[in-house]
Amino acid sequence: MKKKNKSDGTSLNSILIRKPIKRCFPIFILPTLLAFSVGFVWPFIQGIYLSFCKFTIVSDAKWVGFSNYKKAFMDASFKHAFWYTALFAIASILFINVIAFFVAYALTQKIPGSNLYRTVFFMPNLIGGIVLGYIWSMIFDGILSKYGTFLTAKASYGFWGLLILMCWQQVGYMMIIYIAGLQGVSEDMMEAAKIDGANRWQTLFRVTIPNVMPSITICIFLTLTNSFKLFDQNLALTGGMPTLFGDDGTMINSTEMLALNIYKTFYTSAKSRGIAQAKAVVFFILVAVMALIQLRFTRKKEVQQ
Amino acid sequence: MKKKSSILSIVVAVFFTLISIVYVMPIVEVLINSFKLNSFVNTETFALPTKESYAGFANYIKGMTFGNYPFLKSAFFSAYITITSTALIIICTSMAAWYIVRVNSLVSKIVYYLCVFSMIVPFQMVMFTLSGTADRLKLNTPYLIPIVYLGFGAGLAVFMFSGFVKGIPLEIEEAAVIDGCNPLAIFFRVELAMLKPTLVSVGILEVMWIWNDYLLPYLVLDRTMYMTIPIHIQYLKGSYGSVDMGATMAIIMMSIFPIIVLYLFCQKYIIKGVAAGAVKG
Repeated sequence: MKKKNKSDGTSLNSILIRKPIKRCFPIFILPTLLAFSVGFVWPFIQGIYLSFCKFTIVSDAKWVGFSNYKKAFMDASFKHAFWYTALFAIASILFINVIAFFVAYALTQKIPGSNLYRTVFFMPNLIGGIVLGYIWSMIFDGILSKYGTFLTAKASYGFWGLLILMCWQQVGYMMIIYIAGLQGVSEDMMEAAKIDGANRWQTLFRVTIPNVMPSITICIFLTLTNSFKLFDQNLALTGGMPTLFGDDGTMINSTEMLALNIYKTFYTSAKSRGIAQAKAVVFFILVAVMALIQLRFTRKKEVQQ
Repeated sequence: MKKKSSILSIVVAVFFTLISIVYVMPIVEVLINSFKLNSFVNTETFALPTKESYAGFANYIKGMTFGNYPFLKSAFFSAYITITSTALIIICTSMAAWYIVRVNSLVSKIVYYLCVFSMIVPFQMVMFTLSGTADRLKLNTPYLIPIVYLGFGAGLAVFMFSGFVKGIPLEIEEAAVIDGCNPLAIFFRVELAMLKPTLVSVGILEVMWIWNDYLLPYLVLDRTMYMTIPIHIQYLKGSYGSVDMGATMAIIMMSIFPIIVLYLFCQKYIIKGVAAGAVKG
């Protein structure tokens, strides 16, 4: 730790190197800076501004204050999408991490062919969300057609279907991170636990898990933000179907998550674009706050070394 | 004691073999169904093709021109965009990261924290304004969309590269300066060689992201002229009333086959790259 602090300070840039590099500013950093401004900074600032405006295209924006936000919070479909996303996030954090951890735990116990299993479990990560959605909608429809129904007939089918899909895709990814964490637990510590008379479960919960806490932090963080940002799979699997009609004529797409709700608000009607941009800002704040809180919360549990 | 554990490990191995078979089933299903006639895909999804349901390669032939857009064209655009964007991102952001770390000025600090900040911003936040900006700057072709990818993907790449550059000892570069190297030569001759593992990791992450990306090219590209594979597949399902499921499965098979082959050949690097990316991000 001390060593790192030393090199973090002044020695990171010596005048000897800094001066000549600084002269090459246009070559080294300017291309990235320009693209970054076009691809992120400007759209981001414009997005914040437009969330306070009424507009159909960027050039006809008219300032309306907070009315977009008011409308967004009153929107029943947005509220539904929020709770649906939150529920899905909790379920997927639980399922994906528990499964991935135990698969990783089993695969690090020196069983034959563990490399092969690792390869297989990781494979679905390479397939894009849209394609995954269609593969699974075919499979679920195939299963459900035996019972005379189909995937978009009921909201609960869509929920569990998406959860199975996400487990299939993400368990392999999280498994890789857990394996890296588990391999970092020192043998000495395990041996010490054995000598002290700890059984398998005690060793797992008292020694192994506290020591892989950094991996657990990362994985929970990843699954949480992945579920909140989920779009492609949601669009391709159910597209938000089935639609429920409220008594007062409101329409709610029962399996629609936040990202898809924002997308549909933007592009199904040009009139609601201001509201959609306000929803997007709320969505951004939500994701950002969650990322910060969660990182801080789980960092405390990490073993100090 | 020893015997017991060996029996246990066999049980575990058998268990995992079974799970692995279940795990690849969805892809096997796609393969099976891509050889079936359309009307049998929905009713007999899990059966092997029989004499009457077997379609041969008809689905693949149909898939080539399905949806009034040649599949090979969208496959070409997908590959082209992925390769050029990844190359651009790797080169530009590694150079930028080196500058940021070595020139510890206010500008470089601001750029660095903006990059870190951009990693937590979801795409929905900027999608409307980004597609508008790209339109106005005429970046809406496959030939210029790499600039958009560089802009939106810069955050993670700069973050990963600068994390690595911080760990490279200064003495090597100082020696190069004393030997009379200019910064460009230092970067391309000395720095890149040491950055190689990170270049591979970042490259893999970017390839996986861009190849599978749907929404960004869908919103930015002029869809009447240019499609990528995800857009093509979504277009087939989205705009037709009843879809030829057999032909769709053939297209899906054609689009995932190259990735799986590539994965089997360099899975070691891919898994390593992803793990490195995740641990740092």
